[in-house]
Amino acid sequence: MEEKLDMSSTEIIVIGGSSGSLDVVLKIISSVKKDIAVALVIVLHRKTTTDSALSELLAIRSVAPVKEVEDKDPVLAGNIYLAPSDYHLLFEKKHIFSLDDSEKINYSRPSIDVTFESAAEAYGATVSAILLSGSNADGTEGLLAIHAQGGVTIVQDPETAGFPYMPQQAILNAPVDYQMNVSEMIEYINNK
Amino acid sequence: MIQDEEVEVLINDLFELYGYDFTGYSKASIKRRINRLFILDSFPSFAEFRYRLKFDSTYLKRFVEEITVNVTEMFRDPLFYKTLREEVIPTIGTKPFIRIWHAGCSSGEEVFSMAVLLHEANLLHKSLIYATDINPNVLEKARKGIFPLSQMKQYSENYILSGGKQDFSSYYTANYDRVKFDESFASRMIFSTHNLVCDNSFNEFDLILCRNVLIYFDVPLQNRVFELFDASLSNLSYLALGSKETMKFSGMSNHYRQLGKEKIWRKN
Repeated sequence: MEEKLDMSSTEIIVIGGSSGSLDVVLKIISSVKKDIAVALVIVLHRKTTTDSALSELLAIRSVAPVKEVEDKDPVLAGNIYLAPSDYHLLFEKKHIFSLDDSEKINYSRPSIDVTFESAAEAYGATVSAILLSGSNADGTEGLLAIHAQGGVTIVQDPETAGFPYMPQQAILNAPVDYQMNVSEMIEYINNK
Repeated sequence: MIQDEEVEVLINDLFELYGYDFTGYSKASIKRRINRLFILDSFPSFAEFRYRLKFDSTYLKRFVEEITVNVTEMFRDPLFYKTLREEVIPTIGTKPFIRIWHAGCSSGEEVFSMAVLLHEANLLHKSLIYATDINPNVLEKARKGIFPLSQMKQYSENYILSGGKQDFSSYYTANYDRVKFDESFASRMIFSTHNLVCDNSFNEFDLILCRNVLIYFDVPLQNRVFELFDASLSNLSYLALGSKETMKFSGMSNHYRQLGKEKIWRKN
């Protein structure tokens, strides 16, 4: 397990969260160092109104550049990307983003499963996925896909989650490599 | 789960047998759509899926309808429509005749939204809206101007946010669970199939709207479409895209100027 944690081959970390996850994301964002060696991609369930307020909120707190994804943006290390509301966020094998406005999955668009599954396809073993607080089961299928491709699966320790259902579902139904609290997540990201 | 190579096989079949060319579609997205349909229609194997697609032309219709995404709404992104209403339409309204092209119009919700804007600017009588899509089934729906009543609350809110000041329900007649928009709107629309992948420019326009279509294409195909649009736009006319789409990878963006933060570009 420790070996897997130390492997520096990670190219991308995808974080998915729903209810109760914004606080965690804000804490992570404000502690992530500049020039992290990976691309950090955040998928949050949020209201369907298209507002860029969230990306501005994140950008203010981060020393790393924060960007709400536009279609076909390249995925670059050192950047923090936010999935836009009302689109699914996918990855092309050439490591560029694609957006997709097809049906909601798990009542959600963006859906965490969609992004995790796509990251698994495009990045194989070089992706780490972190599933945060939430009150539905989005993300579990995605973690299964990440694991199947040899990537690292992490969930927020349910004890520390505002809404433990989402990480609990993942622990019950998917192989989870690590359960972490927020400071462990920050350390994990910054040491990549 | 359908693998990459199998996706290529299907794309190849579709082109050879039916002339549908999906090679320039976003691989991530089309693979997801194909897998979704594979599961939805409970095929026991890829071979059966392929066989059905090759030999059952009614299934081809379903395939194209399900693979292409037809999510749309009236006055989608209301602030975008506000900009159209306040900046774009008054400008093109000075022309003696207005030609607008909705490329990838799906079931027509945005086409009728545009017609409402033109009507309110007192320009509908001298406007013609060409509405095209790859998928003949959705065009058939669009042509009728009939939409679910259940959506109207949302659409009415969008309309108000877009700067609409009329009673939105005055534009349609409700009947059971559906509404039909006034015939005067559809009378200024021309519906036709058009495939952005292979068909050419067919007119010159003052405004082209292509919203949330290019996201399903890879960059080379997007560039092909931008060239097609460029050839179909007169100087000082407008191109409008979806809220997360951009011209910036097209190499054409220096011939266009973006209107503030909205996804509307004006040709120099």
